[in-house]
Amino acid sequence: MTAASDNGFVVFDRVQKSYDGENLVVKDLNLSVGKGEFLTMLGPSGSGKTTCLMMLAGFETATHGDILLDGKPINNIPPHKRGIGMVFQNYALFPHMTVAENLTFPLEVRKIGKSDREAKVKRALDMVQMGEFGGRRPAQLSGGQQQRIALARALVFEPELVLMDEPLGALDKQLREHMQFEITRLAHNLGITTVYVTHDQTEALTMSDRVAVFDDGRIQQLAPPDELYEQPKNSFVAQFIGENNTLMGTVKEINDGVALVELDDGELIDAKPVNVSKPGERTMVSIRPERVEISKERLGEGAHLIHAEVLEFIYMGDIYRTRLRVAGNEDFVIKTRNAPDQRRLKPGEQIEIGWFPEDCRALDA
Amino acid sequence: MSDATDTGPVLAADGRPLKRSLQRALRAEKLRALALIAPLLIFILVTFIAPIADMLFRSVENEIVSDTLPRTTLALDGWDHKSGQIPSEDVFAAFTYDLVAAAERKQHTRLGTRLNYEMTGISSLFRKTGRRVDDFGELYMDQFVDLDPAWVEPATWVTLFADPAWISSFEDWQAGDRKDATRPQPLFVASDTLGTILPETTDSYTEFARVAQTVNADSPLEETPWAPVYEALYRDLSRADSAAIAALEGPARTLLAPAQAAVAGFRTETLSDLYIDVDKDWGDPEVWATIQAFTPKYTAGYFLNAVDLQQTADGIAVQPEDQRIYFLLFKRTMFMSMMIMGSCVLLGYPIAYLLSNLSLRASNLLLILVLLPFWASLLVRTSAWKVLLQQQGVINDVLVWLGLVDDGHRLVMINNQFGTIVAMTHILLPFMILPLYSVMKTIPHTYVRAAKSLGATNWTAFWRVYFPQSVPGIGAGCILVFILSIGYYITPELVGGTTGTFISNRIAYHISSSLNWGLAAALGAILLAVVLILYWAYDRLVGIDNVSLG
Repeated sequence: MTAASDNGFVVFDRVQKSYDGENLVVKDLNLSVGKGEFLTMLGPSGSGKTTCLMMLAGFETATHGDILLDGKPINNIPPHKRGIGMVFQNYALFPHMTVAENLTFPLEVRKIGKSDREAKVKRALDMVQMGEFGGRRPAQLSGGQQQRIALARALVFEPELVLMDEPLGALDKQLREHMQFEITRLAHNLGITTVYVTHDQTEALTMSDRVAVFDDGRIQQLAPPDELYEQPKNSFVAQFIGENNTLMGTVKEINDGVALVELDDGELIDAKPVNVSKPGERTMVSIRPERVEISKERLGEGAHLIHAEVLEFIYMGDIYRTRLRVAGNEDFVIKTRNAPDQRRLKPGEQIEIGWFPEDCRALDA
Repeated sequence: MSDATDTGPVLAADGRPLKRSLQRALRAEKLRALALIAPLLIFILVTFIAPIADMLFRSVENEIVSDTLPRTTLALDGWDHKSGQIPSEDVFAAFTYDLVAAAERKQHTRLGTRLNYEMTGISSLFRKTGRRVDDFGELYMDQFVDLDPAWVEPATWVTLFADPAWISSFEDWQAGDRKDATRPQPLFVASDTLGTILPETTDSYTEFARVAQTVNADSPLEETPWAPVYEALYRDLSRADSAAIAALEGPARTLLAPAQAAVAGFRTETLSDLYIDVDKDWGDPEVWATIQAFTPKYTAGYFLNAVDLQQTADGIAVQPEDQRIYFLLFKRTMFMSMMIMGSCVLLGYPIAYLLSNLSLRASNLLLILVLLPFWASLLVRTSAWKVLLQQQGVINDVLVWLGLVDDGHRLVMINNQFGTIVAMTHILLPFMILPLYSVMKTIPHTYVRAAKSLGATNWTAFWRVYFPQSVPGIGAGCILVFILSIGYYITPELVGGTTGTFISNRIAYHISSSLNWGLAAALGAILLAVVLILYWAYDRLVGIDNVSLG
């Protein structure tokens, strides 16, 4: 797609970025973010996602291509005139200013009147439930509190677009989950457009309207979280998002939207062809652990059954995690709910497992 | 800990109060820590703190006058310098006894030097008089000897004045091995009998005997006293109670009774005339007033001198106009140190900023360039500035060649304040750059980025966000540069000329040339105090916690 024709609020149009003139960190990026949308850039480190964010914020210049904000190209606009709120990885709260001064700063440089300023600061602090902390220094706050202040500071001057660069990376798990919820709530309540960068897929899946999975300087897939998880478009996305069982094989034939795949140990299975096109191609067949069943009663007509040997059983509280040997793959994992009627498998047991061919996706190898 | 309030002190497992147990546990740790620093602490105490304390003590110490002139010190007590009269004959007598012993001990020149700091000319006065003072009293000596030749015999004096116990122990000592260090020579002890009747004679003869023993390694049994002792004898006998002398027994009576009878008929002379004869300055009450003003063991004189005041017998007075230099020097030292500090900040800040924002490789290279001057000796660097700045030097040559400066009007850039400031700024610049750099290195770029994303222009982001965070580095650099420059010596000495020298050059002059260590110590103490006061002021204004060396 050529994003330029899109009417997105933020548009990357064939953007390229190189630092050294030899390697492209961002290769031909096209992306359109709708107004009020919460878009996450997800990817491993070095995939180019932070570079994209920095180009949008104005701290890096695109080597080629245009970035448009609300229809206007912003390549030549310095960062302070872009009016984009930003939350940094380590919050970047000014240590020599109090919380209130930190929040006043963006209003002051915008020459907003004193009474107006105070009202806005108070509103922003109340919004993140930090109303009483205005007089403190950032160093006197906990990580979670600093996070809220950083958020409030990015929002206090009422920007239409907020960028967040791994803002929750420094928090512990519980606080992180809580803040994920708070951030999405705030973003939706205020109706602001958010571009969020993270390498944490759970964060990406739970918070976003859409997720752009980055790898090797390209967007591998841009989709809502459910689609991303259930219908990964290629093997990278399948591997990167969630847990994934892979079986290697060769495509025998494709007809009627079903691919017949011969696994490396000779077993034949049906799979949904996603990006394989012709017989003879190598393929990686992907099945999500929770889509594999161990009781035949639960599988209806059309399920594919395959023999497996139990290697390891791990009790994880809400679920059981069982590692199996399937078609020569010793890392085949299944997850079963800890229900009263659920069977606990023992290592060494020989069982039959099964799945529906729709859940089994033949991807590029 | 909250339960401590209602159930008494918290107890440890063994029943002892927890606080005590904790202290006991920590004590061993503290002792070990102390043991670790002990060698350095002792080293610093012995080689650094103690000498400095001793040196600073010299700024108030003034024992030399009362130690060298103990009798004069006492005798001058009753003299009023405001009378405009020279002191009485008693003072001259006491001074004679002191001076002859001091001359024999060769201490009178040192004393003269000391008093010369306060009044020019006293040094030569003392030296001149010291050569002559052992003749004072010769007139009486001759008349006593004419009266009875026994007065020239050393034995007569010993018999009359020595304590018999001392004589026997001294003879014992003489009989044995004199070189044996374990047997110290018994110092002369006077007998009490004549001490009350002839106090001055006893005192001055004792002084003579001890000087003979210790300074000249002579035996009092074999030496005729110096002439001032006869002066004392004459003075004592003319005042002594004849009944008391008549009551004496043995040789004392047979010698002293006729002598006392004869002194009334002696030809006489006045000591003050003898002194004025040697040098007319002795007739100047100012000389005596100066001696009197400095008889106390401790004096503020050096400190007063150090701030262009002087102690006179009338109290504290301002130095004569042409001798007021220290206040000017202190002012100049402060002013130039501030200038140097300021130029170091102005030049160092951008460099440190660049250093902290370059890539690691480039900044390491640049850092080596910053540190490069340290590889050359301070003297070389200072001399290089001489070559550059002098009137026939590189810069002037270039300016003349470019036609910017007329050959006849070459710029004077050295041997003045300008030269000192330029050279010292160059030399002290690394001390500003390094603390600045180490502080700036720790300021993440995200702060400036955050400021910009919040709408601040480059300048606002720098001034409101970056600069305040670099202030601790500026503070550290300023303190370092200022304290280093306020005590700087070599560079101002070489390129400062007369208008660009610091107080430290004057201190060095007093240490090595004028040998007025007391004044040097006073100047040093003031310098130290100024630094401490500034440090304190900085702590109050900026907070010493805000100083960071990274």
